[in-house]
Amino acid sequence: MGTPAAQGSKTANQPPILELQHITKRFPGVVANDDVSLDFRPGEIHAILGENGAGKTTLMNIIYGLYHPDEGQVFMEGRPLNLEGPHAAIAHGIGMVHQHFMLIPVLTVAENIVLGSEPPGFRFDIRRAAAEVKKISEAYHLEIDPWAKVGDLTVGLQQRVEILKAFYRRARVLILDEPTAVLTPSEIEDLFQIMARLKADGIAIAFISHKLDEVMQVADRITIMRRGRVVRTLLPTETNPQELANLMVGREVVLQVKKSPYRPGPVLVDVQNLVVADEHNYPRVNGVSFQIRRGEILGLAGVDGNGQRELIEAIVGLRPVRSGKVLFAGRDITGLSPRQVSRAGISYIPQDRQGDGLVLNFTVAENLILKDYNGPQIARRGRIDFRRVRERAQRLVGQYGVAPPNPSLLAGNLSGGNQQKVILAREMGLAPEFLIAAQPTRGLDVGAIEYIHKRLLELRDQGKAILLFSLELEEILSLSDEIAVIYKGQIMDIVPGDKATREGLGLLMLGARKSA
Amino acid sequence: MSGLLAIFGNMQLWASTLSLSVPLVLPALGGTFSERTGVVNIAMEGIMLIGAFFAVFFSSLTMNPWVGLLGAVVAGGIMAVIFAWAAIRLRSDQVIIGMAVNIFASGLTAYLLNTIFGFGGTPVNTPMLPHLNWPWLGRIPVLGPLLNDQSILVYITLLLVVAGHFFLFHTRLGLRMRAVGENPEAADTAGINVYRIRYLGVLISGFLSALAGAYLSIGVLNSFEVDMTNGRGYIALAAMIFGRWTPFGSFGAALLFGFASALSMPLQSSVAAKNLVQMLPYVVTILALIGVGGKSVAPAADGVPYEAEK
Amino acid sequence: MQNENFQDVTPLERHGFLRALLRAVSTPLVAVILGILLGSVIIEVSGYNAIAAYVSLFQGAFGSGYSIANTLANAVPLILAGLGVAVGFRAGLFNIGAEGQYWMGAIAAVWVGYAVNLPWYLHIPLALAAAAVAGALWGGIVPGLAKAYAGAHEVITTMMMSYVAIFFSHYLLENGPMMEPGYVPQSPVIRSSAFLPVLVKGTQLSAGIFVALAAVAVVYWVLYYTTWGFEIRALGLNRRAARYGGMPVQRNIVLALAVSGLLAGLAGAAQMMGVQHRLYDSFSSGYGYTAIVVALLAKNDPIGVVFSALLFAALGTGAQYMQIGANVPGRMTDVITGLIVFFVAAERMVELASRWLAKRRQQRRSQAGRPGVGPAQGRGAELESKGAGV
Ligand SMILES: Nc1ncnc2c1ncn2[C@@H]1O[C@H](COP(=O)(O)OP(=O)(O)O)[C@@H](O)[C@H]1O
Ligand SMILES: [Mg+2]
Repeated sequence: MGTPAAQGSKTANQPPILELQHITKRFPGVVANDDVSLDFRPGEIHAILGENGAGKTTLMNIIYGLYHPDEGQVFMEGRPLNLEGPHAAIAHGIGMVHQHFMLIPVLTVAENIVLGSEPPGFRFDIRRAAAEVKKISEAYHLEIDPWAKVGDLTVGLQQRVEILKAFYRRARVLILDEPTAVLTPSEIEDLFQIMARLKADGIAIAFISHKLDEVMQVADRITIMRRGRVVRTLLPTETNPQELANLMVGREVVLQVKKSPYRPGPVLVDVQNLVVADEHNYPRVNGVSFQIRRGEILGLAGVDGNGQRELIEAIVGLRPVRSGKVLFAGRDITGLSPRQVSRAGISYIPQDRQGDGLVLNFTVAENLILKDYNGPQIARRGRIDFRRVRERAQRLVGQYGVAPPNPSLLAGNLSGGNQQKVILAREMGLAPEFLIAAQPTRGLDVGAIEYIHKRLLELRDQGKAILLFSLELEEILSLSDEIAVIYKGQIMDIVPGDKATREGLGLLMLGARKSA
Repeated sequence: MSGLLAIFGNMQLWASTLSLSVPLVLPALGGTFSERTGVVNIAMEGIMLIGAFFAVFFSSLTMNPWVGLLGAVVAGGIMAVIFAWAAIRLRSDQVIIGMAVNIFASGLTAYLLNTIFGFGGTPVNTPMLPHLNWPWLGRIPVLGPLLNDQSILVYITLLLVVAGHFFLFHTRLGLRMRAVGENPEAADTAGINVYRIRYLGVLISGFLSALAGAYLSIGVLNSFEVDMTNGRGYIALAAMIFGRWTPFGSFGAALLFGFASALSMPLQSSVAAKNLVQMLPYVVTILALIGVGGKSVAPAADGVPYEAEK
Repeated sequence: MQNENFQDVTPLERHGFLRALLRAVSTPLVAVILGILLGSVIIEVSGYNAIAAYVSLFQGAFGSGYSIANTLANAVPLILAGLGVAVGFRAGLFNIGAEGQYWMGAIAAVWVGYAVNLPWYLHIPLALAAAAVAGALWGGIVPGLAKAYAGAHEVITTMMMSYVAIFFSHYLLENGPMMEPGYVPQSPVIRSSAFLPVLVKGTQLSAGIFVALAAVAVVYWVLYYTTWGFEIRALGLNRRAARYGGMPVQRNIVLALAVSGLLAGLAGAAQMMGVQHRLYDSFSSGYGYTAIVVALLAKNDPIGVVFSALLFAALGTGAQYMQIGANVPGRMTDVITGLIVFFVAAERMVELASRWLAKRRQQRRSQAGRPGVGPAQGRGAELESKGAGV
C-alpha cells in the first residue's frame, strides 16, 4: 500500500479534535502516565509507540473515560471534557477498540454492536438492530453477518465488530489499542486499508503499537512513550526503526537475536497423529505430527485459537489425548499425568503465568517448589523440609536475577517480568531435557524478553529440545530452527527457520497448504 | 402398583405440586435475574424469611393481607439492597455476604417474633391472602382441580414466569442484564452502568424472594414460624441451575422439586416413611446438580465482582 | 502465620510479622465491635436496655468459674466444626453443611456409645472414630465426589446433605430404630464407658476440650508442614496452578471435604459423649452454622479458630442469661453473629469510607480554588454517594 504519511500531511495543519494536557495517572506503586500532553487531528493516524507497560493503554482508557486522571484535562474541540465514564466518551464521539476485545461471545454480532445504544423503546427490536448494523457495515465497507454469533467468528472478524461498534456510535476519534497483536499478516494489511479509508473520511485515529515497522508504515505522526512519559513526538519521515527502538527502550538495543548455528542432534520428541478435544468435547487438534531434535527450537506459529493450547496441554498431561501418541526419548508418554510428565524430564512454561504458572498468594519460595514439593530434594515422608526450601529459593532467586531478591515476598507482588523469571527458574531448575514455552515473553518489556530469549537459546545449545509457541511471528522467526504452522488443529507445513518468511508463514497461518 | 396409581392419579397430588412449587419458583426466577447480571444470591433464603415475617407483621397489624404483602416486598427489597451494596459496591465475597444475610435474617425474625408477639407465636387472626375459587374453572377436567382454589399468589407466579421470560429475552434492559452477566467489562465500555444493572438484578431477586416468603406465611398459612423457609432459597438456586438460568427452565425444575415435596403428603400416615420421603427434594436437588439431565453453563461472569472505575 | 517458615529472624522481619499479625486481626476485631454496636442499636430500638443486655450476656459467659467452664464447653464443638469449615475454605471449598456432618457424627457416636460394650479406653476411641468416619463420608462422598467429578457446587450440595442428615435423625428417633422405648423421641443414654470425663464438676466442660485442642494442633501441622497441606493450600489459592503443578486436584477436593466433614463429625461426637450423652430430636444444633462464622472470623487460621470459637461460645452461653437477666430474646445473638459476618466480608467498607472522605476533602479544596470547574470524577462521586445512601 502507499505511504499514508504523504496523504496525511495535507491534514496536519488542521486544529486538533482531541487534546490531552498534563495527564498524570498513578496506580499503587507506579506512575502509569506522567504529565502526558498529546493531540489528535482529524484525518490523521497518530501512532503511540511504547514498550509493554509504558502506559499506552492507561492513557487511552483515560480518554475513553474508563480511568480518571489524577491530574490533567482532556479537551474535545477546545472544550474541556468531563469524562465521567465510557458513556460520556461515546457521547462525545470517541470510540475505542480495546487490546482485549470487549465482546460477548454468546450474543450475536448485531446485539454486540448495538449494546448500550440499542434502538429506542422498551422492547429490544432485534430486527431493526440487525438492519442498522447491516447499513453501517455497508457504509464502511466492513462486511459482516449481523446474525452470526460473535463467539463463532475469527479474531479478524471480531475486530471488525469492535470497529463497527465505534462507528455505530458515530465515533470521530477511533482508538485502536494494539490492534495488530492478534492478527495474521494479511489481516493486518486489511486493517491498514480500513484505517486508510477511515482517515480519508476525516476520522482521527490513535494507533497504539509496540511494533516499529507497522508504525513506520502507517503513522502520520509518532509519539514515543516510556515509563509513563512522552519521550518525543516526531514524523516518520524524519526517523528510522533503530532510532525509534532506542527511544522506546531508553538505551541502545540490538534488534537481532544472536544465535549460534543449528546443530541438530537425535530426535527427542516424536508426536504422532495427535487428536485432542477441548472442554466442550470439540476436537481442536486433528492429527498433529512433528518431531523435535536435541539442540533444536521448534517454533509453533499460528493464529491464536487454532489448537496450540490444546496441543501443548495434551503433551504435558493436562488434557486427555483422544488418539495418537507422544514419544519422548523413545518412551511412550501419552496419557501420563502432569507429574509423571514433569518427572520424565519435560518442563513447561504456561502461557497464562498468573492463572496456571503461579500461585500469586504463595511466596516466591513456595512457588519455586510447586512441582517437586514432594520430591526427594524437598520432602521427606510427607514433610516439607523448609531449610531446603529456603536454600533452593536463595540460590534460584540469585541465579535468575529475580528482583527484588527476597524469596519470602508473595509472587503476586512481583512485576510480570520477574514473575516469569520465577517460573523460568523453577522449570529450568528441574533440569529438563525438553522445554515447552508457551508465549514466554507475552506482555514483558524488552529487557525481560532479551533475558528469556537468551536463556532459551542457552538451553538449546546445551542439546535440549524446545517447543516454542508464540503469537509473535518475529519471535518465532528469530529463535526457531524449524517452524511448524498450525491451522485449525492441523500442521500446514514445517519449514526450516532460515528459509521462512513472514509472508509465507502468514499464508500458511490462514490455511494455505504448502505454498510457502 | 394400584397403590402407585392411586397416588399419581390423585389430582390432589398435582395441585399440591403446584402450590408447593410456588415458594421455589419465585426465588428461582429471582435467582435467574440476579445471576444473569453476575451476582450469586445465596441471601434469597434470608430474604424469604424476612418477607415471611413482615408479611405476617403488617397483615396482622393492619388486618389487611395486601398491606402485608407490600410490607414483605419492601422489607425484602431493603435487605436485598444491603446485600447488593456489599456484593456489588464493596465487591465482597457474594457467598459469604449471602450467608451473613441468612444468619442475620434467621436471628432477626426469631428475635422480632419474640419481641413483638411474645413467646406464643403470631396472632391466630392474622388475615391471609385469598384463594381464588371459580366454579366454572373447577368444572374443567384436569385443569380445574389443578388450578382452581389456589392462592392468588399462585396465579401471580405463573404470570411472573411469563413476564420474566419476556423481560429477560425481549427487552433492552434484559439484553443489558445478560450482557453484564457475561462480560461486565464489555458492557461497561459500551456505556452501560454495570453497577446499576446488577442492583436491578439483585433487587428483582429480592422482591421475588420476599413474595415467596409472604406466600409461605400468609399465602398457605396465616402465621410465621422460626426458620420456616427450610432451605427453600438454596433449593431454588439448584432449580435455577437445573433450569439453565432461564425463567421457563427454572419453573420446570422448581415444579420437579415441588413434586418431590408433594409426594410426602399422601404418606403422612407413617411417621417413619414421612421422614424418609421428606428427604426427597433435597436428594433430587443434589441429583440435579450432579447433572442428571445434562450439564448447564453459568453466565460467564456469574459470581465475579466487578471493579468499575479506577 | 502462613509464611512464618520463610521468615528470616532479623528484628526488621519480626517487626513485619507483628504488623502482619495486627493486620490479620484488625478486620475481625473491627467487625466484632461494629456488630456489637449495631446489635445494641437494634436492642434499644426494640425497647430493651442494651447495656443491661450486654452486661448480663457477659456475666452469663464469664461471670463465674462455672460460667467460664460452660463457655469453654460450648466452644468445643465450635472449635472442631469451625476447624472443619476452615480446612474446606483453605482448599477453596465452602462447606456450609457442617451441621449435617455434625449430626451424622453424633448419630454414629451415640449408636456406638449405647450399642457396643467395651472398656472405656477402647470405647471412647471407637466412638470418636465412628463419628469421624460418618462425618467424613457425609462431607466427602456425596459433596466431594459431586464437586470433583461433576462440578456440582458444594455450597448447595453440602447444604442439601445437611437437611438429609437432619431428616435421617428424625427418622431414627421418631418411632425409628434408634428410639428409646417409650414415647419421647430420643435415643437411649450411652454407656458410661463412652462418656468423656467431666473436668469441672457441675459444668458441661469435658475432656472434649482436649480432643478439640489436639485437632487444632494436628490441622495446623498438616496445613503448614506437610506436602498434603501444601497441596491443599495451593488448591485453595489457585486450582489451575495446583493442577499444573501435578497435584491430584480431584482427589484433594474429595479429601478436603472429607476432612472437613470428619472434624464436624468429631464435634458431634464430643458433644454427645461429653455433654448430652444421648441424641435428642431437634431441627438444628446450631453448631454447624455457627462453625462457618467461626472459620470466617478466624480467616481460616487454625489458631484463630480457637479464639473465634470462644467468642461465639460466649455469645451462646451468654444468650440464655441475657434472656433471663435482661429479658432480651436470646436469638439476638444470631443477629449480632450475622452482622459480624457481614462486616468481615465487607472489609472494603473501611477503604471505601476513607477514599470517600479524601475525595470530599479534595473536592472542597478544588471548589474553593476555582469555582465552577470540578475535576473529572463525577462518576466515582455519583456511585459513592449512592453507596453511602444505602
Ligand atoms: N488497573 C491497574 N492497576 C494497577 N496498575 C496498573 C493498572 N493498569 C496498568 N497498570 C500499570 O501501569 C503501567 C502501564 O500499563 P499499561 O498502560 O497497560 O501499559 P501498556 O499499554 O503501554 O503496555 C504498568 O506498570 C501496569 O502494571
Ligand atoms: Mg497495553
